[in-house]
Amino acid sequence: MARAWSLLKGPVPPGINTIVDMEERILLGHGSGGKLSHRLLKEVVFPCFSNPILDKADDAAIFDCKGRLAFTTDSFVVHPLFFPGGDIGKLAVCGTVNDLAVMAAKPLYLTAACIVEEGFEISLLKKVIRSMAEAAKLAGVEIIGGDFKVVEKNSCDGIFINTTGIGMVDAKVKVSGNNAKAGDAIIINGNIGEHGAAVMSARQDYKLETNIKSDCAALNHLIACILKTSSKVHVMRDPTRGGVATTLNEVALQSGVRIQVDEDSLPIPEAVKGVCELLGIDPLYMANEGKVLVFAPGSESKKILSAMRKNPLGKNSRIIGEVIKKDTPLVLLRTAIGSTRILDMLTGEQLPRIC
Amino acid sequence: MKYIDEFRDKDIVKKLAQRIKRLKPQNINLMEVCGTHTMAIFRSGIKQILPQGVNIISGPGCPVCVTDQGDIDSMLKLAGIKNVISTSFGDMLRVPGTTSSLEKERAKGCDIRSVYSPLDSLEIARENKNKEVVFLAVGFETTSPAIASAVSDARENKLDNFSIYPCHKLIPPALEALLKAKELRLDGFICPGHVSSIIGSASYEFVASQHKIPCVISGFEPVDILESILMLLKQIREERAEVEIQYKRAVRPEGNPLARELLKDVFTTTEARWRGLGTIPESGLNLNSDFKKFNAKEKFDLTVKNPVRPGNCLCGQVLRGVKTPDQCGLFAKACTPENPYGPCMVSSEGTCAAWYKYNR
Amino acid sequence: MCLAIPVKVIKIKENSAQVNMAGVKRLVDVRFLEGLQVGDYILVHAGFAIEKIDEEQAKETLKLLEQIYYDE
Repeated sequence: MARAWSLLKGPVPPGINTIVDMEERILLGHGSGGKLSHRLLKEVVFPCFSNPILDKADDAAIFDCKGRLAFTTDSFVVHPLFFPGGDIGKLAVCGTVNDLAVMAAKPLYLTAACIVEEGFEISLLKKVIRSMAEAAKLAGVEIIGGDFKVVEKNSCDGIFINTTGIGMVDAKVKVSGNNAKAGDAIIINGNIGEHGAAVMSARQDYKLETNIKSDCAALNHLIACILKTSSKVHVMRDPTRGGVATTLNEVALQSGVRIQVDEDSLPIPEAVKGVCELLGIDPLYMANEGKVLVFAPGSESKKILSAMRKNPLGKNSRIIGEVIKKDTPLVLLRTAIGSTRILDMLTGEQLPRIC
Repeated sequence: MKYIDEFRDKDIVKKLAQRIKRLKPQNINLMEVCGTHTMAIFRSGIKQILPQGVNIISGPGCPVCVTDQGDIDSMLKLAGIKNVISTSFGDMLRVPGTTSSLEKERAKGCDIRSVYSPLDSLEIARENKNKEVVFLAVGFETTSPAIASAVSDARENKLDNFSIYPCHKLIPPALEALLKAKELRLDGFICPGHVSSIIGSASYEFVASQHKIPCVISGFEPVDILESILMLLKQIREERAEVEIQYKRAVRPEGNPLARELLKDVFTTTEARWRGLGTIPESGLNLNSDFKKFNAKEKFDLTVKNPVRPGNCLCGQVLRGVKTPDQCGLFAKACTPENPYGPCMVSSEGTCAAWYKYNR
Repeated sequence: MCLAIPVKVIKIKENSAQVNMAGVKRLVDVRFLEGLQVGDYILVHAGFAIEKIDEEQAKETLKLLEQIYYDE
């Protein structure tokens, strides 16, 4: 696989006029904790993420919190680092925000730990950091801590990011993967397969030219609308790696239910179908980074759909299937020609380093 | 998507299924010999809308699955040679050899890459002049022109660090072997559409004229496959045995003359060992002597110890259509896509993989 | 592995064609096809065009199938 990053063409984005600007690349010293590190954090990272807790620059972030908490972590190794619709920074923030949001938690704070390769262009690092700051602002979360390490050249591919998130759960809401019930409608907030297709297109290996953009987005505001509309949501999941098919199988296993999905109802954009046909891949296994699957009683689906469609991230929301009954866990697909077949989990690896 | 969506029309599919039912087929065995057909049939759920009297059997249609264990072991030996970059189509990576697989060897540090086209391998060879780049040439007639082009371009551009491990096979001799073995009563063949785009329809004439078995060259969408089944049933009812082309939009009776010409320039037919079918004369392709220096079998010593095929694995019988995957004791128990015993379970077009994924 | 799909030719330069499949573009080697024109549909496999779609035959097949559909 080619390197995940390459020299940025064009002028360096406008920024603070500092000594750091005069250096072009990350050196081992930037991760040593000494003067170079401090300068980098002071001049690049802190200004972007600035908030009262982070600005204290203590060894740990201190904050008050009362209530039930949700806590999650995720690491991001996507290749390439920059793809249509996003980059590793945006992904690192939205991915963790979404993991909290689908558990009905209001995301509060994130930490971000970066491992950067010696020689990585500082202008690219700035781009990634700015992306993270922008995504955090849109999601309404603060990045209150983190870490920055540098490893020798070729010890990692450009930059790897880990984000950990904490959020507050509404005690009244009981959302869990083991909570799916017979008669639940399964709703998705829009197009399937865009992130996977965008990343594949951005990789040189396949030599595809498309207009597909990753759907990478923070879903917490959309989910807040859903929970405001209905108190009867049983399951929420974001279908990332492994796609919609794998996530549905996970819920089927956790809840011990049989699920049926309707092929005709799946919102798959033409261009994603094109990529999938060309490469022989099933769109149901393609990664998504801005999608949520909502399981709720059929009787609630109309008002949930209506609320979702009012949100910019839910314009193309629709019901794609239902939970049939409590049974040996299985996911079935009703095909376009009217037969039913198994829709299995992804086996093996469809595409490495998709998120 | 043009020329795809129209051939997935569910109303036409329903009508074709009704027409098939009206013929009241009894105990008819139709064999398909193309992994892409195997997957298309399972993915669309066609078997469910066919009457019980039509039995679709999967034959040796997956080129990865019919690759002999000895060849897999030789490819693994090749991949382990210092300074060699091995390239192949993706579904070769997880096929188990006697002791390992390409995927496992990659994890140990061997440079093994999956490519979309053999031309990508040529590019890797250009970019890595100090390494030997090998393409593991596994496939049927649809793919052999692409490989021939890569080898031909390598010679033209004097890319001396490029070679292929020639392992291509030919479908018509496999059909002959199956028919001679007489293990199954076969009433018709659904012939592979894209193989036929290259070789044309004459290559199947012997099946119709000598063995009196109808053949229909089929496309891959549900409408194509159902229309082909209807055409076969009509032939059977009318006691005809002919080679018909259903996939007229993509198959000419003469095939693709330019592709066939290049194949003749670059390859010679040779006997080949098939998993499940044994050694079949004139059923494989080897590089002819003009292209000797692009033949990895000549360039490297790839002799291996006697390959050990896993006991209890019924891949061979599944490939001949004699057994279905669920009749193998290992199926879905010890042998799964995550832990495959044989290639039929791990290949993206393997019969066992199709059953496991869509039908268990 | 006989996966090949019909794509539209949008540009030709010697033995290479740029093709479009539902908005997805790729370069394809077309050395095996003669008399190719922009607007033609071709079958692509492993980066190569293996056949040109015969649009007349496609129309005829679809016409026959429609007859089956409208039959009774």
